[in-house]
Amino acid sequence: MDLLGLSPFEKESLRLSLWVSCWAVAASLPPGVFVSWLLARKKFPGKFFLDGLIHLPLVLPPVVVGYILLVLLGRRGVLGVWLHQWFGVTFAFNWKGAAVASGVMAFPLLVRAVRLSMEGVDPGLEAAARTLGAGPMRVFFTITVPLTMPGILTGMILAFARSLSEFGATITFVSNIPGETRTLPLALYTLTQIPGGEAGAFRLCVISVVLAMVALIVSEVLSRYLAGCMKG
Amino acid sequence: MLDVKIKKKLGAFQVSASFQTNGTGITALFGPSGTGKTSVVNMVAGLARPDEGRIVVNGVTCFDSAEGIDIRPEKRRFGYIFQDGRLFPHLSVRSNLVYGMNLVPVSERFIQVEKVVEILGIKHLLNRRPAKLSGGEKQRVAIGRALLTSPRLMLMDEPLASLDEERKSEVLPFIKSLPHEFSVPILYVSHSVSEIRDLAQNVVIMNEGRTVKAGPAQTIPF
Repeated sequence: MDLLGLSPFEKESLRLSLWVSCWAVAASLPPGVFVSWLLARKKFPGKFFLDGLIHLPLVLPPVVVGYILLVLLGRRGVLGVWLHQWFGVTFAFNWKGAAVASGVMAFPLLVRAVRLSMEGVDPGLEAAARTLGAGPMRVFFTITVPLTMPGILTGMILAFARSLSEFGATITFVSNIPGETRTLPLALYTLTQIPGGEAGAFRLCVISVVLAMVALIVSEVLSRYLAGCMKG
Repeated sequence: MLDVKIKKKLGAFQVSASFQTNGTGITALFGPSGTGKTSVVNMVAGLARPDEGRIVVNGVTCFDSAEGIDIRPEKRRFGYIFQDGRLFPHLSVRSNLVYGMNLVPVSERFIQVEKVVEILGIKHLLNRRPAKLSGGEKQRVAIGRALLTSPRLMLMDEPLASLDEERKSEVLPFIKSLPHEFSVPILYVSHSVSEIRDLAQNVVIMNEGRTVKAGPAQTIPF
């Protein structure tokens, strides 16, 4: 890390960004796969609505998403009060809140990738597994999920990259607190606001580009490799 | 003993099947393409739900709309051979073979892996992925996979339709030998007269969604 000539300030933001993004992806993966399965395989009233709701963060201004999160999950938020009371969890102005903001913003990308891949899995294979004695849960975990793996990995990497770049929703929801919610983009923004911060801003800028590029390449290579595995 | 009396509406098309056969050997479900043979087999397998009727196999009621019985497909223990094989592409041939077998309690298994592998001649394929198999090999593995669940009944939906003549002659003898090798009755769907003459002891004839005739192969003109 020292090779990059990063200041403690920059290092901390990078470490925090990676930490927050890992949590954002890990926490959104199970619901992401489940929702993808609902959208890919089930017919139910309100499907259009659910589909739209999930895609909202993709088209809304991130500030709006951040504000909605603040209203829902803030200290006095509808859900926030309840979560604090019953589980002792609070998302306001800490890194967990930053992970929630990142997770929500990245969710549509995750679901799109997983759903697309899952729709490509032949339902006939699932039917065949049923006739071989596997119940719906077993079919899901032994047939559907493994065959969706290329999409799941691609979705995870895209979501991770999106989380790393999350700015608007984070700063609105959990503010810009050093060591707690000041992730890489927020640190970059802060540096541009102070005199003499240009060099640091430039370094963080380069790191962001490199991370995003690596994520995209890895996701492409992995999905090709996995697709190759399926073919024998 | 197979006792089927079912109805199902599929859009404008009405499937209405009613037939009884005795339990042993191969029963052919015969008729031109698009007469609802696959729909009938799917309903017997539990993959599709009849609007009304009854399905009784060897004394076990699998479906009865009047009594509200509908056993789920994974509980029926019918081996289903699909036209297109449907091997799991992410598993080796060996893992495909034992996928269903591992879900059957050991005490209820009456068919052993070694015997199935030997009779179907697939020993040299065990470590391969399905993508590396020929059509005939795929169907033999699919038959093995279904047999290893120790099924009460085998359902075969035009298992030879996607194979060329040479591959057909490779798979046909195996199917023919199944009833006496493993004493499993078979419901065999086909629109090929020659296959049915070769295989079936009983014939059920379908046309435009309805069963027209049913009885021993010798007595039914087709």
